[in-house]
Amino acid sequence: MAGAVQKGPKGTKIAELFESMEYGPAPESDKTAQAWLDDHSRKLGHFINNEWVTPENRKWYETRNPCTGQVLAATVQGTEEDVNVAVAAARKAFGSWGQLSGHARARHIYSIARHLQKHARLMAVIASMDNGKTIRETRDCDVPIVIRHLYHHAGWAQLADTEMANWKPLGVVGAIVPWNFPLMLLAWKVCPALAMGNTVVLKPATYTRLSALLFAEICAEAGLPAGVFNVVTGPGSMGEKLATHPDVDKVGFTGSTEIGQRLRRATAGMGKKLSLELGGKSPVVVYDSADLDSAVEGVVDAIWFNQGQVCSAGSKLLVQERVFEPMMAKLRARMEKLRLGDSLDKALDMGAIVDESQRRSVKEYVDSAKEEGAEVFQVGAPAGCFYPPTLITNVQTSSRVVVDEIFGPVLVALPFRTAKEALALANNTIYGLGGSVWTEKLPLALETAKHIKAGSVWINCHNMFDAATGFGGYRQSGYGRDGGKEGLYEYVKPRWMGDTKQPATELDMKEFGARDQPSRPDIGAAAVVPEISAGVPRVDRTYKLFYGGAQKRPDGNYSRVVLSADGSPIAQVAESNRKDVRNAVEAAHKGQPGWAKRSGHQRAQILYYLAENLELRRDEFVNTLVQSVGGSREAAEKEVDASVARLFHWAALSDKFGGAVQETQLYGTVLRLHEPVGVVAALAPDTAPLLAAVSLIAPLIARGNAVILVPSERRPLPALDLYQILETSDVPAGVVSLLTGSRDHLARHLSEHQDIQSVWCLAESAAASRFVEHTSAVNVKRTWVDWGRGRDWFDGLQGQGEEFLYHATQCKSVWLTMGDIFAN
Amino acid sequence: MERNPGCELDLAWVNSVIVDLPAVKRRADTMGTKRTVKKEWQAAWLLRAISCIDLTTLSGDDTAANVMRLCHKVARPVRGDIVSALGVQELGVTCGAVCVYPSRVPDAVAALKKIGAAHIPVAAVATGFPSGQYSLKTRLEEIRLAVADGAAEIDIVINRERALCGDWQTVYDEVRLMREACGDAHMKTILAVGELGSLANVYKASLVCMMAGADFIKTSTGKEGVNAILPVGVVMCRAIRAYHERTGYRVGFKPAGGIRSAKDSLVWLILMKEELGNAWLNSTMFRIGASSLLGDIERQLFHHAFGRYAAAAELPMA
Repeated sequence: MAGAVQKGPKGTKIAELFESMEYGPAPESDKTAQAWLDDHSRKLGHFINNEWVTPENRKWYETRNPCTGQVLAATVQGTEEDVNVAVAAARKAFGSWGQLSGHARARHIYSIARHLQKHARLMAVIASMDNGKTIRETRDCDVPIVIRHLYHHAGWAQLADTEMANWKPLGVVGAIVPWNFPLMLLAWKVCPALAMGNTVVLKPATYTRLSALLFAEICAEAGLPAGVFNVVTGPGSMGEKLATHPDVDKVGFTGSTEIGQRLRRATAGMGKKLSLELGGKSPVVVYDSADLDSAVEGVVDAIWFNQGQVCSAGSKLLVQERVFEPMMAKLRARMEKLRLGDSLDKALDMGAIVDESQRRSVKEYVDSAKEEGAEVFQVGAPAGCFYPPTLITNVQTSSRVVVDEIFGPVLVALPFRTAKEALALANNTIYGLGGSVWTEKLPLALETAKHIKAGSVWINCHNMFDAATGFGGYRQSGYGRDGGKEGLYEYVKPRWMGDTKQPATELDMKEFGARDQPSRPDIGAAAVVPEISAGVPRVDRTYKLFYGGAQKRPDGNYSRVVLSADGSPIAQVAESNRKDVRNAVEAAHKGQPGWAKRSGHQRAQILYYLAENLELRRDEFVNTLVQSVGGSREAAEKEVDASVARLFHWAALSDKFGGAVQETQLYGTVLRLHEPVGVVAALAPDTAPLLAAVSLIAPLIARGNAVILVPSERRPLPALDLYQILETSDVPAGVVSLLTGSRDHLARHLSEHQDIQSVWCLAESAAASRFVEHTSAVNVKRTWVDWGRGRDWFDGLQGQGEEFLYHATQCKSVWLTMGDIFAN
Repeated sequence: MERNPGCELDLAWVNSVIVDLPAVKRRADTMGTKRTVKKEWQAAWLLRAISCIDLTTLSGDDTAANVMRLCHKVARPVRGDIVSALGVQELGVTCGAVCVYPSRVPDAVAALKKIGAAHIPVAAVATGFPSGQYSLKTRLEEIRLAVADGAAEIDIVINRERALCGDWQTVYDEVRLMREACGDAHMKTILAVGELGSLANVYKASLVCMMAGADFIKTSTGKEGVNAILPVGVVMCRAIRAYHERTGYRVGFKPAGGIRSAKDSLVWLILMKEELGNAWLNSTMFRIGASSLLGDIERQLFHHAFGRYAAAAELPMA
């Protein structure tokens, strides 16, 4: 028998604890993490070309543990010069990395995953100390998600040569990530970027730099070639330096809507790709048919995960009136159980807010709600940079706390009466990142998921993430997706496309397209004189605008003269102004929802009907084309025939691009739905004025959008003649509109309109492209521009490639949990 | 504290039950990752777990010999030098009860009496355990005989055949009669969750048993394919909470079957604390039905006391 050779713990204490049954401290050791910091003398430079780089004469920034205030290390405050060095390194590395086979890149990314697994606990501890989030979350969520992302994208690298055969890498990616998930969001950018053959320069957020630097060191250890992944640290302004760097091809940004808008404006017209994953005010919809106890746990996951500092936080709780009070009672009881404290304690629900300034901002929101008469329920929080879990009731749609993203552990709750009202409340926001639905009624759950305008909808769960499905926003929550095959498109361009980067053209944003009427009348010598035929003038042809399913006179009642290829006046077309834009957008929004609701089969039928009627009037269109473009009759015939074929192409794709089932780790089904973008404005080029117009209209309507097309300013007639076809082909009112006039003026009013979801500017104008990109920031609408470069509309890839599908749809991930069987 | 007297069967309540299994599973999966106890806290919690164990033997070959051994272990669950080293002699920790088949009740009562541990209750399974597929008359008679033999606690099984057919009225009526038959003996109602088909049925059966006057609701006989798993625990605790909120009566909870490690027992205690609160963290409100669990906890306590792990053979077998 073993003797009592060793003195046990103090008995009295155990006896006391036996009575109290309280939780005790459960600290995770930070010894190894501190040693890592010591190994670097607690001074960390940039990580460029697989080396630590500390330029002279730089300022240092002290990183503190938000929970304790303890200084962890100093990181360098970089300058533009440092950005240049990093971008040059990435550019150099792209030369070889971009040429590697998919398999070789797969091996590299796989190696990073393996090495990160070997350092998983170190990474979890560093991430927890760096951000203040609990070690439980970094250990069970952030790090495993990053590892999963790496493996998944090692797979995409392996398959790139076949699965993405029509695409190629962009070059150098500038990644800018925020402090709430510094590691996870870094991986969301880096994984697809590297898999597709790009190299990366990352700028981590000011508060949270350590995990990114450790990740970079691990990548180097894993054998990633020098320069493929680089980290530069510095103030917020350095992000803009990186984004606007002339040698950066793509900017991947996650962060606030405000900064996203700034980056959009700053990079406008530079020929860079941009993806933005921005803020949110995501609804949690709880029906009376929900398991309320489980819904309460869902709310915990939705709003108290990561201290509520989650862009997809379920911060707006909508509860069916009948169960509102019981739900609130359950929620309050549950909140009493939440534990806050030093993030390295393993038995906590919440750690610290990332920084005192952020904590103050959260507090100000809650104070303002109190002033407005809201009921605020809070549970205790430790002193320091902590904010208590908070439930606010007695607030409504007009309350600031219901409208704004608070980015903290603050939940607002509102009652609703019916599903229809729930959806109206859920969608009454500028954002559209996430949302969850709680009910055991499958038809109700699916219908709600369908109608919540957001990139991710979770059914009976919230804040689930997986590398195999896209995450990203609708509306002002941004565009582009992180994860899934859909996420890869953010890091590639069509194989046929050349380098698009260019210095932004000088452009007076106030003046561009400001003119809303002709400066002088086209009358007299330049006028269109009716032909005399058999002694009488031919019946006058009056071209009008087309919207709401009918021909409309322009609001301003001005016309512009259209010249033939040889310079003689051939017609007068309507001059649109902002009121015509307003009217067309209104009509488009009336028509679009019903159009999107039609089956793909029905949409295809209409596209085939358009083709039928276009071919019926082939000669007429050929004549107009010859007159407008001045080419041969054969060329015109080729264009009309190609237009008919294009309609067939998109009719075919009307019912073959609905989405996919995503292979995530969820027990259940995750759907990727390709939803319409909404109302899209498209500016057509002068080249191939009929085929280009058809090429823009057809994919948009095939996929359920409404389109407002601006025909070529110089050669509007071939596209304008389409309204006769539209009228005879059963195209519902509002689905297609045609606005003629000044391209730039229309570009202005269409891109300024905040109820247009996307603008396609393929009008071969660098200035219009720049203006559209710049102005799209007002409501973070999507854009697709050509930066003044044309394309061959007759070519299959260029005129009807996958690009069109990508731009005509937006991806929604619907997470369908399943299961009722647990035993016999 | 007043025993739960039960109430009228409220079928509207029973039929309104909604349970989402995937969400319950998520809650269950994170129970052991969101909370943990270390060091002295862990030792204290493990001692608490011991105090809640219904140390059980339910075998065809049970005789007075192994029942006696079990009773000794119930009275002295942890080796004396470990108790001394932890300094918890005054706590006088024993197991919650010894749990046997009805025929072995006299053996158990006698064995406990002989070692001066008559205060430790003897629990008997009854009512056609484990299947319950017997006539009501004999099922009730079993209870009366076991109580007469000295059982202070009766673990009854509910009628799964009626439950699966949705005849909650009969389930309720039978359990009511069983409660009457128990008299002063405490009644634990075994739902046999592994045979109820869905978690909604588990919740409904929990409510019906509480309405019929159960002192405890218990997961399983240990003989079904699925026994005490955490998702079931989450659901049953929520039912207990809802019943307490509505009636003011606290009903106890007993998971049984498959709980074998010290770590498991801590997670179940965490579940009780999180879903129900400290009032349920004692042997009047919480029991764990187990046979091999105690051995693992004793090993852990040995480590707390001496900083090393013991060989199984060094600790007294149950």
